[in-house]
Parts: sequence; C-alpha cells; structure tokens
Amino acid sequence: MRALPVGNGALLVEVSSDEEAQALHAELVRRRTEGSLSVREIVPAARTVLLDGLADPVRLAAQLTASEVPPAPPRPREVVELPVRYDGPDLADVAAHWGVSPEEVARVHAGTEFTVAFCGFAPGFGYLTGLPAHYDVPRRATPRTAVPPGSVALAGPYTGVYPRSSPGGWQLIGTTDAVLWDHARVPAALLSPGTRVRFVGAP
Amino acid sequence: MTDRALSVVRAGALTTVQDRGRPGHAHLGVPRSGALDRPAAELANRLVGNRPEAAVLETTLNGCAVRPRSTVTVAVTGAPCRITVDGRAAAWGAPVRVPAGALLTVGTAVSGLRSYVAVSGGIAVEPVLGSRSTDLLSGLGPVPLTDGAVLPLGTPTPLRTRVDTAPQPAPPAELVLRVTLGPRADWFTPEAVRVFTSRAFQVSSASNRIGLRTEGPTLERAFEGELPSEGMVLGAVQVPPDGRPVVFLADHPTTGGYPVIGVVRETDLPPAAQAVPGTPVRFVEVRRR
Repeated sequence: MRALPVGNGALLVEVSSDEEAQALHAELVRRRTEGSLSVREIVPAARTVLLDGLADPVRLAAQLTASEVPPAPPRPREVVELPVRYDGPDLADVAAHWGVSPEEVARVHAGTEFTVAFCGFAPGFGYLTGLPAHYDVPRRATPRTAVPPGSVALAGPYTGVYPRSSPGGWQLIGTTDAVLWDHARVPAALLSPGTRVRFVGAP
Repeated sequence: MTDRALSVVRAGALTTVQDRGRPGHAHLGVPRSGALDRPAAELANRLVGNRPEAAVLETTLNGCAVRPRSTVTVAVTGAPCRITVDGRAAAWGAPVRVPAGALLTVGTAVSGLRSYVAVSGGIAVEPVLGSRSTDLLSGLGPVPLTDGAVLPLGTPTPLRTRVDTAPQPAPPAELVLRVTLGPRADWFTPEAVRVFTSRAFQVSSASNRIGLRTEGPTLERAFEGELPSEGMVLGAVQVPPDGRPVVFLADHPTTGGYPVIGVVRETDLPPAAQAVPGTPVRFVEVRRR
C-alpha cells in the first residue's frame, strides 16, 4: 500500500488489485462512520482510493503505509437485482470474443454476482466486477455517439449500465428498465461502491 | 408563479445558476460544480445581504439581461462590465436597486470572463443533492439560462448586515498558478517536469467550466501505458495524450485515466476562472505545506 500526496489536502492510496481497493474503501468508510477519520470525499477507483479534504494528509499517509491492506469486509446482505433483456447490438461480438454462443453470454452474465467496485463517468454509473478475467473484452474500436439509457455493457473487466444517453465505447449486451439515477429519489444512485448486483434475465 | 421571480430577457453566451456546488458525492460520479470564482460570487451575495452560499448567476464573456417581477437589490461582481437599469448606468461591484419590471443589463466583460449577479433572496430553483448549481459535465441542476426563462427568487433576509463596496482583484494579465508536483509526475520525463514548471503556456479558447486548457509546450511521457482510472481533485493538472496540460475546474470528472502531473492550489483557481483565452500561464512549483 502506497499513499501519494495530492495537492495539500488529499491522498491517493494505491493498492495492487480491485479487491484490495474495495477492501480499503470499505475500511475507510467504516472509519469515517465511526468518527476516527475526517474527510470530505472517499473516492474508490480501479487500484486506488482517493481521500480528499483531509486536515493532515501527511500524518494519515504515515499511518496508512505502516498498516496492511485490511481484509475484505463482510459482504452486504442486500443484493440489487436488475432485470435485463440480453438484446444488445454487440452481444454477438462479445460471444465471438468469449468463444461461446450469445445464449451462453446471457447465461454466464446472469449467473454472476457482481460488486460495484467504483463509480464515475456519469452520476450513477457503476463499474461492476465479478466476471472471471478470461471474459475481459476490449472497448469497441469506434465509440458510439449515443448509447441509449439502460444499456448493459462490458469493457475490460467491468460491466456497467448507462444511466442516461451518452457517448460510449463499451460493448452493449442488453437493456434494463431499472432507473440507475434519479436525483429526486433517496438515495439518488441505485448503485454505489460496495453494492452487490445480480442481473436477472427477462424475456 | 409569485412575483418573486426573474425573467430572462437575454441569456448571453452561457449563463448558469451557481452556488457552492455539491461536494461529498464524488464516489457516485457526481462532480462538485459551483461558482468558478467563488470569492466573487460570495462578495456579490454579501453586497445584497444574502447568505454567502445563496445561488447567483454566472455569466460568460457577454453578460445577460434580466427583468425582476418585484423590486430587488442586485450586485454584479467578478469580471468588470457595464451595468444598466432601464438604460441608465449603474454601479458595478455595489448594491443596485432594480424596480419591479425594470430591465437590468449586465454588459460584456471589459476584462476577465465571468461576472456574478446576486439578487436579494437568491436564485431559488429546486436544489439537486443540496445544490442549485448547473453542472455542465453531468447535466445535474438547472439547465443554462435561455431567453424567456423565468427563475424563482427566494425571500430576502432583511436582518443581514450589508457591505456597500469591497475591493476586488483585477482579472489577471498573467496567470501564475502555484502547483505541488504529483501524484503522477513520475509518468513524465524530467525534461517535461522542468518544462511544466518553467515555460509559459497560454489559456486555450477550448477552456470551460470543466477545465482550463492550455496551449504551448507539450509534456512528454516517460513511458507509454495506461493508468487505471483514479479519483481526481479540484485543481488537478491532467495531461491527456496530446501533452497539453488541463487544469481541472469545478465541473471536472470525479475519476480520470490520464496522469496528473501536479495540483494547483485552490486559492489560485478563482483567477483562473477569469483568465481569457490567450492569457499567459505559468506553473510555479511550491513545496507541499
């Protein structure tokens, strides 16, 4: 674990895997909840957790680098289920990458339990991990100028759902009617870091 | 709608509603947003007796024109500009009474880029995640002003103490941005780091509320490769593949995959909001406090 100073009030804590980043994120959120860590933002990402709005980043850096990456926390009991129709325009391409039939892509995807590793790109867009590494797929060579909202998509090791129409280069395998982001709802984001997610195939 | 409202007669090039933004939601992919020249926005609020966090209008380059439906006090700060009330010149940087139905025009910036218009009672559009700010990256908050739009106003708080005038910094002829290096300065050649902290850049016309883009020297990477997405802070200087540094402003993305060579001190960012395209920029390395 390495803690890189960012400006005068932030730290970027670097670990070596998605799993470690998720465990570290959970531990830092726990410390903030119990009151032993005062910080404005805790932003997990692929291999890092950013702590922004710290009074004394140097002291915290020393503390963190002297400690081990915490063990993975107990998983939350609740699982968010997202109904999905596996009808995406890139389903056949993904099937070709995986070397299986489109039906098998749907079966594997709906049979996987995902975790929201981190969010970004747009409010409510989660980067979901859970698929084994041999199912990684590249981004499309040419991004689409408009991906429809509710598109269920794959890129690299991640699955994501587009909360609203936006440009995007991910491989679209399906569609969900779930509302990923509604700022009038509490909470606004259906998915946040650490959330367990299951895609449920619908005809 | 009640008469506590403002009709937009001329929206201008880009006029948005801004307050202190919505920090604390970066982990959901929500940018902080908020007024780019926060001291100017807060001064405008003080001049009309508002709380400092009240929502104001942020104009871009060519001002705007609005007509309040009830008599209000307004103040315009930030980029200096000509102000009129029903055609008569009025003071910039001071409280101005605008009678019900009168036309307030905020002219083109004489220098600087963004003027702030505070109205007594504040702009009272519906807040989103605790803020009324327009976020141009993610589309949260009210849409930018359009001709003919009507904005609700809040109720003025008459007990607030008011200031009548206050000094304001002139928009910068040269932008000097103090930076601490890192977290990814090691992704660049030592020569690139030297160029970054010693050569002159210019503000690019492609700058916006998301980032201040630069023209000038390009910074060479020490090695190729992709950085996994990581959290971004306000003032981060990200270097995309074209090698031209971009300083992240209020509507910056919460995560990004291009290396950050350094971070600009937050207190140096309000002047960056007022730097017109072509303004010389220098990044000066300072030690971490």
